[in-house]
Amino acid sequence: MTRISVTVDGVSYTDEVEPRTLLVHYLREVVGKVGTVVGCDTSNCGACTVHLDGRSVKSCNVLAVQADGHEVTTIEGLATNGELHPMQAAFHDNHALQCGYCTPGMIMQAVDLLRENPHPTEDEIRQGMEGNLCRCTGYHNIVKAVAAAAGASERSDA
Amino acid sequence: MIPAAFDYVAPTSLDEALSVLAEAGDDAKVLAGGQSLLPILRMRLNAPEKVVDLGRIEALRGVRDGGDHVAIGAMTPYADVLGDALVREHAGLLARAVETVADPQIRHRGTVGGALVHADPAGDVGAPVLALDATMVVVGPGGERTVPAGEFFRDLFETAVGDGELLTEIRIPKHTGWGSAYEKFVRVSHQWSIVAVAATVRVEGGSIAEAKVGLTNMGSTPLRATAVEQALVGSSASALADACAAAADGTNPPSDLNGDADYRRHLVTVLTRRAVQKAMEG
Amino acid sequence: MTAVDDRPTTEIGTARRRKEDARLVTGRTRWTDNIQLPGMLHLAMVRSPFAHARINGIDTSEAKAAPNVIAVMTGQDIADIQGVNITAWPITTDQVNPTHLPMPLERVAHTGEVVAVVVARSAAAARDAAELVDVDYEELPAVLDLKAAATDEVLAHPDLGTNKSAHWQLDSAAQGSGGDVEEAIAKAREGGIVIEREYRQQRLIPAFMEPRSTVVDPTGEQVVMWTATQAPHVLRFCIAATTGLPESKIRVIAPDVGGGFGGKLQSTPEEFITLAVARKLGKPCKYTETRSETMVSAHHGRDQWQKLTLSAEKDGTVTGLKVELLADLGAYAALVGGGVPVLGAWMFNAIYKFPAYQFNTTNYYTNKTWVDAYRGAGRPEATYAIERLMDELAAEVGVDPLEIREKNWIRHDEFPFTTVAGMTYDSGNYEAATARAKELFGYDELRAEQKRRRESGDPVQLGIGVSTFTEMCGLAPSRVLGSLNYGAGGWESASIRMLATGTVEVVTGASAHGQGHETAWSQIVADRLGVPFENVEVLHGDTQIAPKGMDTYGSRSLVVGGEALVRAADKVIEKAKPLAAHMLEASVDDLEFAAGRFTVKGTDKGVGLTDIALSIWTGHDYPEGLEPSLDADATFDPVNFSFPHGTHLCAMEVDTETGATRMRKYVCVDDIGVIINPLIVEGQVHGGLVQGIAQALWEGAEYDEQGTLVSGSFVDYTLPTTADTISFVTDHTTSPSTSNSLGTKGVGEAGTIASTPAVVNAIVDAVRHLGIDDVQMPCTPERVWKAIQSAGGTQDAAPAADAQSHFGDGAPNQDPAAGTTDGAAQ
Repeated sequence: MTRISVTVDGVSYTDEVEPRTLLVHYLREVVGKVGTVVGCDTSNCGACTVHLDGRSVKSCNVLAVQADGHEVTTIEGLATNGELHPMQAAFHDNHALQCGYCTPGMIMQAVDLLRENPHPTEDEIRQGMEGNLCRCTGYHNIVKAVAAAAGASERSDA
Repeated sequence: MIPAAFDYVAPTSLDEALSVLAEAGDDAKVLAGGQSLLPILRMRLNAPEKVVDLGRIEALRGVRDGGDHVAIGAMTPYADVLGDALVREHAGLLARAVETVADPQIRHRGTVGGALVHADPAGDVGAPVLALDATMVVVGPGGERTVPAGEFFRDLFETAVGDGELLTEIRIPKHTGWGSAYEKFVRVSHQWSIVAVAATVRVEGGSIAEAKVGLTNMGSTPLRATAVEQALVGSSASALADACAAAADGTNPPSDLNGDADYRRHLVTVLTRRAVQKAMEG
Repeated sequence: MTAVDDRPTTEIGTARRRKEDARLVTGRTRWTDNIQLPGMLHLAMVRSPFAHARINGIDTSEAKAAPNVIAVMTGQDIADIQGVNITAWPITTDQVNPTHLPMPLERVAHTGEVVAVVVARSAAAARDAAELVDVDYEELPAVLDLKAAATDEVLAHPDLGTNKSAHWQLDSAAQGSGGDVEEAIAKAREGGIVIEREYRQQRLIPAFMEPRSTVVDPTGEQVVMWTATQAPHVLRFCIAATTGLPESKIRVIAPDVGGGFGGKLQSTPEEFITLAVARKLGKPCKYTETRSETMVSAHHGRDQWQKLTLSAEKDGTVTGLKVELLADLGAYAALVGGGVPVLGAWMFNAIYKFPAYQFNTTNYYTNKTWVDAYRGAGRPEATYAIERLMDELAAEVGVDPLEIREKNWIRHDEFPFTTVAGMTYDSGNYEAATARAKELFGYDELRAEQKRRRESGDPVQLGIGVSTFTEMCGLAPSRVLGSLNYGAGGWESASIRMLATGTVEVVTGASAHGQGHETAWSQIVADRLGVPFENVEVLHGDTQIAPKGMDTYGSRSLVVGGEALVRAADKVIEKAKPLAAHMLEASVDDLEFAAGRFTVKGTDKGVGLTDIALSIWTGHDYPEGLEPSLDADATFDPVNFSFPHGTHLCAMEVDTETGATRMRKYVCVDDIGVIINPLIVEGQVHGGLVQGIAQALWEGAEYDEQGTLVSGSFVDYTLPTTADTISFVTDHTTSPSTSNSLGTKGVGEAGTIASTPAVVNAIVDAVRHLGIDDVQMPCTPERVWKAIQSAGGTQDAAPAADAQSHFGDGAPNQDPAAGTTDGAAQ
């Protein structure tokens, strides 16, 4: 077992973990952040996407021990003071989710996408979300939601 | 989805890493960005006794100006390579290839050095590194040595990096002012390359003065299309097809669900022509 | 006093944002795998690496001795209580069925079948020990190819003596709904047109995003099973029917379920094994599969060869259609199983006025993963075949594909229309949907561009694909199911509970897993009862809360479950009426009900429904002889199916140098009757489209010669992403259904059913001038390129005008050189 200290959604946790523990399993089973989910075993689906030190990563593809001393933000840490993050609101407004299983990963990646490129074109949104699979929406409304969120931030910038 | 148990060590210096590796011998596996290794461990296709994580060695990270070359630390994540001004200016071909690797999340974690040592023939950084005549810096118990990219890739998942050694840096000679393109052919965007072509050219007076072409997934290692490079010299943009027709010569591509070897041999000629054409445009 | 002044005047038709989203966008979800119970044990399955093998012995000693392992069990250890995974639909009374034990005792019949289970204190310990279970397999010959299965040379189940499960036929002459198809074809061979084709419906994997997970808690009076299922009620029945556990002792809960698409309507070996292990050990147990396990063990979809003969007059008027299917059931008859191809029987004739029709399916077992319903189930196969054939007929006659359709389709003034298959279509307007679609598509401009590209020899060619589809949905009238030998009914149930404080609980038997029932059901009830949308709570997916139901599949929830809901609401109003009369001191005959209030006609006297609910809850003052309750239940059994239709137009670019294809534009105009929530409908259409497009372009479950699933992960089973798809243009025409009072038709499967042929038609259209009349699905770049290379060697090598049979001498109708790697390899 290895001792790690990780800040998750603003709260710091210290735990003993097996080195083989994946970050996603640590988040779900030890910290209780079950909003982050597992959809595949080959790192294709992106359902487990979280932010590690502010950058999107697939948390099935990171060991918990690698996150020692780092900061993790999950879907559960995105809303502040009971207010939905603009991306969460945009997904709701644009019906960008159906079963909702891919949604946490989609939203986390979409937030990262706008961090790197605040005013993406549709093509840039489509390229930037290519690491997240959805089986329900056909992506149409997801792309629309990300564009809407970008537009909203543009308006608030002005 | 759960790897077999292993011991974990995260050295903070290169020396420490080398001594850990020397001690562990065959039972250790080096963890770079982990974007290929972790899936392998999760699927239990490999079960090392010890995992040596290079993630805490700061010296292995970053891009610096080496004078006549750009030096990329082996542990530099794709995303940092992509965003680096030196790389964009002097090794544009590498940036073009890196931006096609997997997806944004993977590019945040995956490293250029990790990918090169993993040496998956469908990986996207081998061909550009080969085409750009890079030099690999390898450090082992006996000290540092340099390996030309042309001698680096030995076979499927096999490189010149020996047991107990680490790739520390990739030195890419400056190709300032060269045009470049990476033509990647996939059925869906998150796939590994079915075939890809890395081309970079120096254009003088509307025709090609120098051309360098690397091929992805046309054999057990990245390949250099030397015959095409020679044939391209002097070509104008409107007359590339003949020179590119030789792109499949000497290749030994795989056959799989995405296409058989013959189809890949055909594809590579089309993609080479397109890559060179785009490279000539900038 | 009301807090809902901004409430829309009617909820139905309003694009309400979904109630479900609040928890889903914040990660406050209740997936089965989230559940942790005290002392819970974790299961890992040991699965067969062989397609067909005898189990000579299983040595579990090393696994049992591993750290934190509680038990290792084989089929023998749970043989007394493991039950059977049954089929609900033996399509004929003499259908041959192999027994499907959750854990077989003697023989495995497909790769991935479970042979042992490890139970440990953690998932990691269970997985570690699973590798230590030593199974002594004796490999047996495996039959993997469907056409090879039909020869019975190698048997999937040697004890059955045949691979054939059943043959089922619908013949319009025999049932009196049309003429003799053989006569029609014979006549066409003399002086008309005969189009003969063989199409492949490749094997697909539903690939819902949430891997299946099951938790069983056996410690209470009832055994509780949480499971990622579309069909908790059906599952409970299957458990009770085969494990010896009384139905009243089983509670099945489907918490948040992450997609299904038919893939989660199964009652699975893994659910039965988890239940058996939990009962044996008396401890809560959890099993969550990996994605690789999903791919190989959750049921697959489609997998047919379709031999088709269409006859027509010289001008393109259709005269007959004969369908002969070979269907691969995989190793076992799944829940719907052999019935899936049968669901297509009424749909091959589609919207066209065929005078003669015959449908045949022969179902076979192979040593591959079992096959069952996948979005559309039977109807996508039918739509694909007929819409491809109509394009072929148009090419043969030399007219635009829309023109040939118009010549043959049912006109809007001909509804209700009884088809040659015997179905009565209640409503529709194909002309209107097509006109709107053409307009949105820019049909004429794209045809002009296509012409320009052809004439200039552009390496990128453009094709336009048409699909004027219909489907039957709203499964299903129980009597019809009974006549087809299906094992259950097709009714649906709803309950409404009027709570004392003014809110309303709605219980539905249709268990949602992403469709948005909580929102749409609230809208229906809000309108019907005149209560605020926000005050309606929809409960489902738990056999204790929603004890009656037939669950969610076959685009049935709204058209069947929604109607049950309407009827329950009407009963509430009826029950409230005498109470209102009592409170208002008026006669029931003088009362009117609107917007949630009973009023006395011609006066301003009135009382709200929720006030009545409070009054009746106190029970202090109500008429004698009445029960003090407004709550009502309804069970609705439909009398007919509903028949959504639509016109889908697709433009595809084909790069003739590489075979790569790119979607340029996709327009669909669907008529799904009255729309409850346009936002949800649009989402269903988008998602359906991409699943159908994915069958055309990307997806296919491929096995190697050993029976290993080669496309067994998301690396090789190529699902599309944002970067591979486009934004769609969608619109609607509305012909209300007459088979339910809301006028709805069902939309869950429409996009998937319609889009596949639209895409393939577009690809073929782009390269038809090169001599190509088919590309097998998925239309990979390699297949398209090879088709181009070997053009002229495709199906219509001989001039079709001579109406010559292509089925002679048992020769394969598909030229392997035309890029048919799938068919050639299997």
